[in-house]
Amino acid sequence: MRSRGIGNIQAVDVPPRTPVVSDGVLGMMLFLLTELMLFAGMISAFAIAKAGATVWPPPGQPRLPIEATAANSLVLLASGALLIHAQRQFSRDRESARKPFFAALTLGTGFVLFQGFEWVQLIGQGLTLQSSALGSFFYLIVGVHAAHAIAALWMLARTGRRMLSGWLQPSQLATAAVFWYFVVGVWPVVYGVVYW
Amino acid sequence: MATAPATHEEHDLGHHEQSFWEKYVFSTDHKVIAMQYMFTGMAMALIGGFFAYAFRMQLAYPGMEVPGWGLVTPNDYNQLVTNHGAIMIFWVAMPVLIAAMGNYLIPLMLGCDDMVFPKLNRLSYQIFLLSAVVLLSSFFVSGGGFGGAWTMYPPLSTKAEYSLTQLGSTIFVVAVALEFVAFLLGGINFITTAMNSRAPGMKLYDVPMVVWMIVVASILFMASVGPLIAGAIMMLFDQNLGTAFFDPDRAGDPILWQHLFWFFGHPEVYVVLLPAMGIVAEIITTFSRKKLFAYRTILYTVFGTGVLSFTVWAHHQFVAGIDPRMAHVFTVTTLLISVPIAEMLFVYIATLYGGSIEYSTPMLWALAFLVEFLIGGVTGIYLGASGGDIYMHDTYFVLAHFHYTFFPIAIIGTYAGVTYWFPKMFGRHMNEFWGKVHFWGTIIPFNGIFIPLFFLGAGGQHRRIADFTVYPELAQMQPWREFATVALLIMLAFQVIFLWNFFYSMFRGRKAEKNPWKANTLEWVAPSPPPHGNFPDGLPTVYRAPYEFSHPDHDEDYWPQNEPPAEQKA
Ligand SMILES: [Cu+2]
Repeated sequence: MRSRGIGNIQAVDVPPRTPVVSDGVLGMMLFLLTELMLFAGMISAFAIAKAGATVWPPPGQPRLPIEATAANSLVLLASGALLIHAQRQFSRDRESARKPFFAALTLGTGFVLFQGFEWVQLIGQGLTLQSSALGSFFYLIVGVHAAHAIAALWMLARTGRRMLSGWLQPSQLATAAVFWYFVVGVWPVVYGVVYW
Repeated sequence: MATAPATHEEHDLGHHEQSFWEKYVFSTDHKVIAMQYMFTGMAMALIGGFFAYAFRMQLAYPGMEVPGWGLVTPNDYNQLVTNHGAIMIFWVAMPVLIAAMGNYLIPLMLGCDDMVFPKLNRLSYQIFLLSAVVLLSSFFVSGGGFGGAWTMYPPLSTKAEYSLTQLGSTIFVVAVALEFVAFLLGGINFITTAMNSRAPGMKLYDVPMVVWMIVVASILFMASVGPLIAGAIMMLFDQNLGTAFFDPDRAGDPILWQHLFWFFGHPEVYVVLLPAMGIVAEIITTFSRKKLFAYRTILYTVFGTGVLSFTVWAHHQFVAGIDPRMAHVFTVTTLLISVPIAEMLFVYIATLYGGSIEYSTPMLWALAFLVEFLIGGVTGIYLGASGGDIYMHDTYFVLAHFHYTFFPIAIIGTYAGVTYWFPKMFGRHMNEFWGKVHFWGTIIPFNGIFIPLFFLGAGGQHRRIADFTVYPELAQMQPWREFATVALLIMLAFQVIFLWNFFYSMFRGRKAEKNPWKANTLEWVAPSPPPHGNFPDGLPTVYRAPYEFSHPDHDEDYWPQNEPPAEQKA
């Protein structure tokens, strides 16, 4: 996999190394460790603020759209499931991975667009970054999640382009997929803590 | 990151002539990036040292026109101490100990040609350089640099009426955030390279200790920095977007910042300590010609310390307001964490015991590290216990304790590493005589600076005050302050000897061979200095552990990791 230089003399009894986890996936997982702790920090800060408040939710603030977001969450989870399916297919038959892959990408984009639509409505109803602690934490946490979702989608889109041109390696697909699984996996926690 | 893995094709270019820009500025070679980090760190150390000079002069001789700075106003004083701290930790200790040493040593010691993600590595340095420029630019905006201490506690950092520099405080937070991004990219590289790119035959227990320490430090950094990034985003929002995360007037919580900051801040101590401990381990084995005592025990201890370091942070809030029951818990964990560190010091001493010790310059630095860091560790016990801390909190005792940990780490550890690997880095030797003069000229004044500060702190001298002579009960201790400042001036003067020795030896020093110290690890297999691609005779294969000195089955007193066993040679 990696060039080990020219004229390398290897002893017979020392087998060449094959990494358990590919470079790309390992690097991505390390990056996601930091991001996991980032979410842990924000979510626990929010939980503390919520627990310490005398009145919660803050008066005069709109209700968060719990039901609509629940439906949207299902879209995101479906996107994650489709990507798992696509990754499995890719290792067997590359052609058949395309459909579930691009379906996952489309559903993921739909999730982000719907979230954006929700934000516009909430701002119209008076929930802003400055209006209350709920507003501040809502836009902070959901916004950081959205930023991750957009970055992961962009990476998936680039992966998709490679897939169409036939240059895609399984480890490259896995690297992008791990990022998207993180976005999907962290969302139920965000939804549970922020919306409820 | 998507594109990063497929970048090794550029490593077969050994035969193509590189332009100056390709070779030294936009290089993806780990050794060049290491040097970029090292020289940037050294330049920042000069700035951080100059700041220390300016505010120490003000403390010893209040109201004087400090040569090179002028009158140090209280506002200047705050900016100087704040940026001295931030620079020395984020722009000196981290780039030199982790980024420069990690970049230089990891591929060489693992026997590979470069990092796994070379382009990410280059990006890491570029972002780091940008962060340094951003930080320094804060001094030139209206209101000047940030002066609310490197810990950035709100409301000092969030409200312009207290910080007196709206833009300066924002720039400060942005600079620190950029620096984190740089180290995140570096850490990803270090860990992935150590896991996936070791020489054939090198098992995890054959990895040199300094590489392990840098890897564990990177894991600690990545696992602890997330909450601080969250805090930094919240702080930027508070400063500029009108949120009230940390504003008690509007239902925010200023203590929340302290938790987010110190959840990172305490593991950060180990992030910089571990690489220094690793450097010392390499040096003491080589210069006592003994196997590193209890390699696996050290390794497990390091992991244990890493886990424990996430459970001690609230010892910084004993006075800020914390439930006394929680204070008990954090007292216990804090005192507990001194156990593994003490154990490591004992293990190092066991390595030295019975060895044939050679007092070379790097060895002197390594031994000094053990002695001085011990003082730092022991004085920490008074502060880790909540009862003692309530008296000592925010006094010069804390400051002196802190410098007895960080000076050994950031300065002594760096000098140990630089003098030890200098022959490899530049293919020449530094002058031993001037190296020793510089050593004593640094160590003696260092103690001269900080021992008086313990007494001042125990005598009740509070931190962050520009002029103590206005307090009658503190004014009488002025001779101690002058003593510390004079010691600092002497120490700074001796650094000129180092700089001269460093740059002179780089071009005119005695030529160094491949393995001048007769050490075992793989970096000594490469030529001095190693060319692009590191190992022109083919990448090495590993047959044994890294510290086989004075082995009974071997004629010579060292046994390089890559040397095939006797039966294979025949
Ligand atoms: Cu601490």
